[in-house]
Amino acid sequence: MDSFVTVTDIAVPFLRENVNTDVIIPIQRLVGTGREGLGPYAFERQRYLADGSDDPAFPLNRPEYKGSAILLAAGNFGCGSSREGAVWALMGMGVRCVIAPSFGDIFFANCFQNGLLPVRLPMEVVRRIAAQTEASPGNARTTVDLQRRVVVTPTGEEIPFDVDTRNREAMLHGLDDIALTRQHTGAIEAWRARDRVANPWAWTT
Amino acid sequence: MRTLFDKIWDSRVVADLGDGWSLLYLDRVLIHDLSGGRAIREVLDAGHGVAEPAKVFAVPDHAVSSAPGRDANTFPTGARLLESLRETTARTGVRMFDLGQRGHGIVHVIAPELGIVLPGLTLACGDSHTCTNGAVGAIAFGIGASELGHALATQTLPQRKPRTMRIRFEGARPRGVTAKDMILHAIGVLGTAVGTGYAIEYAGSAVEELEVEERLTLCNLSIEMGARTGMVAPDEKTFAYLKGRDYAPADWEAAVTAWRRLPTDPGARFDAEHVIAMADIAPQVTWGTSPGQVAPITARVPAGDAAALEYMGLRAGDALAGTKVDWVFIGSCTNSRLSDLRDAAAVLGGRHVAPGVTAWVVPGSEMVKQAAEAEGLDALFRAAGFEWREPGCALCVAANGEAVPAGARCVSTSNRNFVGRQGTGARTHLASPAMAAAAALAGALVDVRDFASATPTRGVVGAH
Repeated sequence: MDSFVTVTDIAVPFLRENVNTDVIIPIQRLVGTGREGLGPYAFERQRYLADGSDDPAFPLNRPEYKGSAILLAAGNFGCGSSREGAVWALMGMGVRCVIAPSFGDIFFANCFQNGLLPVRLPMEVVRRIAAQTEASPGNARTTVDLQRRVVVTPTGEEIPFDVDTRNREAMLHGLDDIALTRQHTGAIEAWRARDRVANPWAWTT
Repeated sequence: MRTLFDKIWDSRVVADLGDGWSLLYLDRVLIHDLSGGRAIREVLDAGHGVAEPAKVFAVPDHAVSSAPGRDANTFPTGARLLESLRETTARTGVRMFDLGQRGHGIVHVIAPELGIVLPGLTLACGDSHTCTNGAVGAIAFGIGASELGHALATQTLPQRKPRTMRIRFEGARPRGVTAKDMILHAIGVLGTAVGTGYAIEYAGSAVEELEVEERLTLCNLSIEMGARTGMVAPDEKTFAYLKGRDYAPADWEAAVTAWRRLPTDPGARFDAEHVIAMADIAPQVTWGTSPGQVAPITARVPAGDAAALEYMGLRAGDALAGTKVDWVFIGSCTNSRLSDLRDAAAVLGGRHVAPGVTAWVVPGSEMVKQAAEAEGLDALFRAAGFEWREPGCALCVAANGEAVPAGARCVSTSNRNFVGRQGTGARTHLASPAMAAAAALAGALVDVRDFASATPTRGVVGAH
């Protein structure tokens, strides 16, 4: 997994509610493809005109926002399907952090598996960052600092955010979950031996 | 005093990882064609094995054609995924239910039907509708590709314990109201994010009355309210449903004895609780592009989400009933079980699909298909002008080369009316199987209560 310590960039306001993972990446792009190369297909159904050129009305296509690493979103971002391709597609277009009031649970977990930082902040704070960004087009930079657990808005306001210790450590150091779990191999073996006796019905496959 | 969720969780924790995290043992892992083959290959490439292949089950469902007489190559893109699933499961000793075999079908249909999921177990699968399986009293949840790799390599997952929520449905079921209407109504009232961070237990007198297949429908849409996990306490109906299934425990009595201890203790506390009165529920249909954008069939299209209405080709203030439809899809892990097909067939009453409407029935599994054919449902559907197809996810997710055309309006018994879900530009209205069948006959959205024949059916009559 990619590590994440801090990112500074112009944040893209994309304040739509309930942006689901079908919209972030259509399933047809995940049939027969890998983790790489999904960036051009992120938001595919909203991002392009019929002739295949960029739709200038789509926020992420505007020159000042193109390739930005920080996305400002509204409630329930990443709801719906469990497809991890949504995270791969966002990262493929350069996004490293999404700031929103709430996230779909599975998308939220998938983010931490890949080094994309989801930051939960109240909607009024997200709107404030968006307003500060739009007040100074092309210049207003936001910093997301995972080490210090703060977002620094374009006007320099420092806003603390919560992130749980395990997720933060894994992100900062790019840790591999499977390797961490291997440290518990003994405990897993002991648990299995106990459960086989206590709940034999759970084992009769 | 503990909840159903707490009892199962506590019994499946291998280690406390601190900060609210636990290493959770996974009793069952299910994989499908879209991500399964790659997940096994990545695990092997990383130098791991599949930890407990006997507890992993594979089935191709997402990217397989549903065309009558299909084989692996009918949808060539999916054929590569299927071949990868065959090859990796054979190499690692994972059981796979291949096309046409007993046990083949949509992953969330076959797990309960084969008794792979049981009360008291944990189950994970790389698909968000894994919450369906909680209907038998299990903790079942969807995961992404990376967590799936971890699950295969270790048969465990580090998880943060979610909060608990109970949603009680109380009162007698009104005429025409099915489990689908109950859960769509709940999403409409409570919102698409009410369950985020929670495991939901559905309870109350109306849930106790539901058959197990109806409970599967109820739990299926938990993720559409944000909850990774939905569940119903196991009871006599659950035990009767599971008894004799292919993978049911050999020592049945011991299992049932253990399962009887699972239901939430009286007085156990939930972090959140909601009560829904059954009397408030009418047959539902979605009008927008999120499952929360739902209304009774008697309602008018509400104003407020201009983008959704534009996509759906609807005008605020218009009556929902009477809206012309082009397609009808009866299928998906939500509503493709035998009782769903019976519900839909009971509406037909010898009538025919309206001119210009394409209507599909896609049974959820090979076993459902065979059982339905044994009682002649396929003949009823065919005679009415429906296509009777092969099991798979099909038009629910349009990952198999089948799609609703752009601009076409489809009444679907599936779970998501997202933009582009059933095909680029496709317009989806979610509804129950009976409502979908009625729409196919009428060629328009229609209130099934006005349409049903005198035949007493489960959903339409509303009593057992």
